[in-house]
Amino acid sequence: MIIIGERINGMFSDVKGAIAGKKKEVIQDLAARQTAAGASYLDVNVGTAAADQAGTMQWLVETIQADCSTPLCLDSQKPDVIAAGLKVVDTSRGVLLNSSPLNKKNDEEVLDKYIEMAEQAGSNGKLIALTMDKNGVPQDVDTRVAIAAEIVSKAMEKGFGAERLFIDPIILPVNVPNAQIQPLNVLMAMDQIKYLADPAPHIVMGLSNISQGTTERSLINRIFLAMALSHGCDAAIMEVLDRDMMNVVATAEMLMNKQIYSDSFLKAYQV
Amino acid sequence: MAVPEVTDSFSGCVNKVTLGATSQAGGTRTSTVTVGGAKNVVYGGSIEDVGEKPVIAMDVLDGPPEDWPASLLEPYKDVMNDPAAWAKKCVEKFGAEIVCLKFDAIHPDKGDKDADYAVGVTKQVLQAVGVPLVLWGCGNDEKDNQVMPKVSEAAKGEDCLIGTVTEDNYKSLTAISLADGHHLITEAPLDINIAKQVNILVSDMGFPLERIVTFQATGALGYGIEYSYSIQERQRLAALGGDKMMTMPVICDAGYESWRVKEAKLEDAPGWGDVKERGPTWETVTAMCLLQAGADIIRMRHPKSVETVKDFINQIWQ
Repeated sequence: MIIIGERINGMFSDVKGAIAGKKKEVIQDLAARQTAAGASYLDVNVGTAAADQAGTMQWLVETIQADCSTPLCLDSQKPDVIAAGLKVVDTSRGVLLNSSPLNKKNDEEVLDKYIEMAEQAGSNGKLIALTMDKNGVPQDVDTRVAIAAEIVSKAMEKGFGAERLFIDPIILPVNVPNAQIQPLNVLMAMDQIKYLADPAPHIVMGLSNISQGTTERSLINRIFLAMALSHGCDAAIMEVLDRDMMNVVATAEMLMNKQIYSDSFLKAYQV
Repeated sequence: MAVPEVTDSFSGCVNKVTLGATSQAGGTRTSTVTVGGAKNVVYGGSIEDVGEKPVIAMDVLDGPPEDWPASLLEPYKDVMNDPAAWAKKCVEKFGAEIVCLKFDAIHPDKGDKDADYAVGVTKQVLQAVGVPLVLWGCGNDEKDNQVMPKVSEAAKGEDCLIGTVTEDNYKSLTAISLADGHHLITEAPLDINIAKQVNILVSDMGFPLERIVTFQATGALGYGIEYSYSIQERQRLAALGGDKMMTMPVICDAGYESWRVKEAKLEDAPGWGDVKERGPTWETVTAMCLLQAGADIIRMRHPKSVETVKDFINQIWQ
């Protein structure tokens, strides 16, 4: 699966502090450790850590790239912040843009902008699109799938191949009142999203969101990851530094016959 | 695993391995052989995807063969008591690109020769021919652990392919091959899970994955070749999928396996055709099947089979 390391995000206090104090070593250490743990991409999100989001995005990208060759996942809901990151990112190693809804009340064309930016990044420019539109996050399966279908067809109209598209069916915290049906809805949506195109779009999730504010966060994340992988999910923004979590990835891939079993299969996955 | 399209492009590929050290590399080989490098299923994809041409390693035994049928002994009857002359004949007359020096006579049941004997043979063969060597033990763990490290040392710096190591017996030969600069053969008994495990064990000792060639064990035509075929096919798909523990080139043994089946050697078999043709044919067809399964190096014995298979390889890889 495609693992996107979530730790370089301004909402974490160490990253926030590093941004405020321009401490490169903190960011570079997180990049190196997530890479060593198996990240295929490193998510880069300024969050609320700085007023100058575009400038901070560029500082983060340059800081990481100076010391690490793992492709980056530029994460912002603001197109101008992504655009700023794109100006300095090394696109030759590939880049993932994170993320765009189908449309917004105040920006009907937001998806087009993100697709264009991903196109600008070359053939390895990829995009995460959320099953969300101007009406907000859908609660049911059908609306999620319908929005995903619109996203896929819009991408195809623009010549942006489904294999470059990551659909995020949006996971909500399981402890939100009346939201406990949502994990199941997300899984059922995944079952259908994978048939929207051939080759199928990737299915990604912001895994840690499911356990926001709960106890047993790691356990909830791990179990849901295993469930989602068996429903066609093939990418996740997640806590790659959690060894137990990575062992779930290795075991799930082995059980789904994507990795050949050996007695040391956990170790083999870490190579 | 799902069957891929040949038009797919893959994230992984088979490692390229070069055997033999010339004088520039500190050895005395006069030629090197490079195998592997395929980026698609066997014969699939574009020309650049097929990788290096497979090669044949001709077997030379460390002592006169005890159980070879007459039709196989015939081409070697003048050299079978002299491994160096035998190797020379394989290279000069039969065009061997690699010589596989097979240590049978060290086996406790087949002569029980000691390490000094094996070292002597190794040195003579190294001197007699300039092609890269495969150095292959007798299969008795205890005896191989006594003898093969000495053989490795005797060929130090020549970049041979030495083996085999198994899940239960890998430590001493892995350590010495690493020290002596050889490539290593990891063996599994027609079991893909063990094949992967032995690669992990060997790499845990610091042996580079790029210096490993895998031997999945071979079944001859009619005697389990389909198991070899499907395991090698699975290994190739795993390699293409990026499984670093499965990206090694593959060695197969068509010679030994073909020539021990009755169809290849039974003389009194009316209706089966002339044994002089039948044996080489059996070995040839076995080798051809293994090529289709993605073999990179094939151990073979009869010059007639070698000629036919080589011709086939050259036509395919034109």
